[in-house]
Amino acid sequence: MSNNSLQEIYGRKGRIVTDQDAREIGRVEELAYELKNRDVMSREVHTAAPQMSISDVLMMLRKHRISGAPVMDGEQLAGIISMEDIVRAMSENALSASVSAYMTRPVISAHDYDSIVKSLETFTKSGLGRLPVVDESGKLVGMVTKGDITRGILLALQKDYHDEELRRYRASHLFEDITSDRTSLILRYRIKPRDFVNGGQASSHIKRALLRLGAPPQLARQCGIAVYEAEINLIIHSTNGGILRVQIEPHRILMQTTDDGPGIPDVAQALTPGWSTASSEARAMGFGAGMGLVNIKRCVDKMELESTPGKGTKLLMEINLSAEEKFKGGAEHPEEPPV
Amino acid sequence: MNLQTIIEQLELTPLTQPRDFRGIQPRGGYASDMLSCVMAGAQPGNIWITLQAHINVVAVASLREVSAVIITENAHPEPDVIARANEQGIILLSTPEPSYPIAGKLWEMGIW
Repeated sequence: MSNNSLQEIYGRKGRIVTDQDAREIGRVEELAYELKNRDVMSREVHTAAPQMSISDVLMMLRKHRISGAPVMDGEQLAGIISMEDIVRAMSENALSASVSAYMTRPVISAHDYDSIVKSLETFTKSGLGRLPVVDESGKLVGMVTKGDITRGILLALQKDYHDEELRRYRASHLFEDITSDRTSLILRYRIKPRDFVNGGQASSHIKRALLRLGAPPQLARQCGIAVYEAEINLIIHSTNGGILRVQIEPHRILMQTTDDGPGIPDVAQALTPGWSTASSEARAMGFGAGMGLVNIKRCVDKMELESTPGKGTKLLMEINLSAEEKFKGGAEHPEEPPV
Repeated sequence: MNLQTIIEQLELTPLTQPRDFRGIQPRGGYASDMLSCVMAGAQPGNIWITLQAHINVVAVASLREVSAVIITENAHPEPDVIARANEQGIILLSTPEPSYPIAGKLWEMGIW
């Protein structure tokens, strides 16, 4: 879409765009594609007839406080009459002339199912300020102006923010709102073997959960990487899949995977960077770099790998939160719990 | 250097839904087909160059918060991969060229 049209609407010209702004602009752009003309248009359309006089139309526009109207010849869209056309008529002393002599033709219209970005482009290219909106059969169903588009985007943004804020607000107060000697939140995910299609889903959900709980983005990323690698290990190696469990406490995050086989014969070797026993199927998809456990170690404060061949593997990962990272609320000095 | 310019100069084909690529400024890049290497080495905002077109590319791109993924050598992701990418706001771009010249061109454009 054209940058000009958005800048025109939002007046960001000359302002320094911060990261926060950039994210918001990104969402506005997305909405420009998501929202359709039918979502933002005015449905109550005041129309003029071709034989009406310019002065009658002027009165109608004033009465409804609008700056233009489509001209309907029966069911047919015959033209558009705007303030500009009326000014032209006035300068020619033709207030009693008929609308058909001064209206703008041919009519550029928009489809109700088109994205608003298309209308914004039409506004920029044509210099028009309003577009009649027609449905599939060509019937007039509304009018769309830049004002309607701005209002539509703002309403959608407000709804987005409201929904996400509400979720964040509810979640971020969890530890504050619940009083106990030791509050923890446990998330559990069942990971299926060889389920590459859903690989990374649990990690994405965990990362989002942490952000909603108010974790700093860097911490959420760190946990995301660690649990992703652990999740993928279960998918690649475990016989029957396993359980990914994340325990979130105000002062630390414990992550753990458990499975019931096949187990790792040589744990020290498994921890060597570049060592991998991934299948050729997994390698073809870009897994098996032998960096998974190495990556995990880099992201967490403590990692423990216990494995018994034939029995199964347990991987423990722990991140202790710094003073700034700690979730608000909860006991200051929780007793050391059994894991 | 914004993503729109990169798409035009490298003649990339967006596979995911259109948006205003001018608003996206990639910072640096990373080239690898090994997902764990990307998890370790890619930085948020990087352009990631790979010939993997598998669904896990989307998970890695999302967890690593890369600005876009360039899938090289015409490796074509399945429709469900593109759908997941759209869901998670990940930009997938396609090129018939191999990863090496693509990385070279990006470097010359000042993406490093």
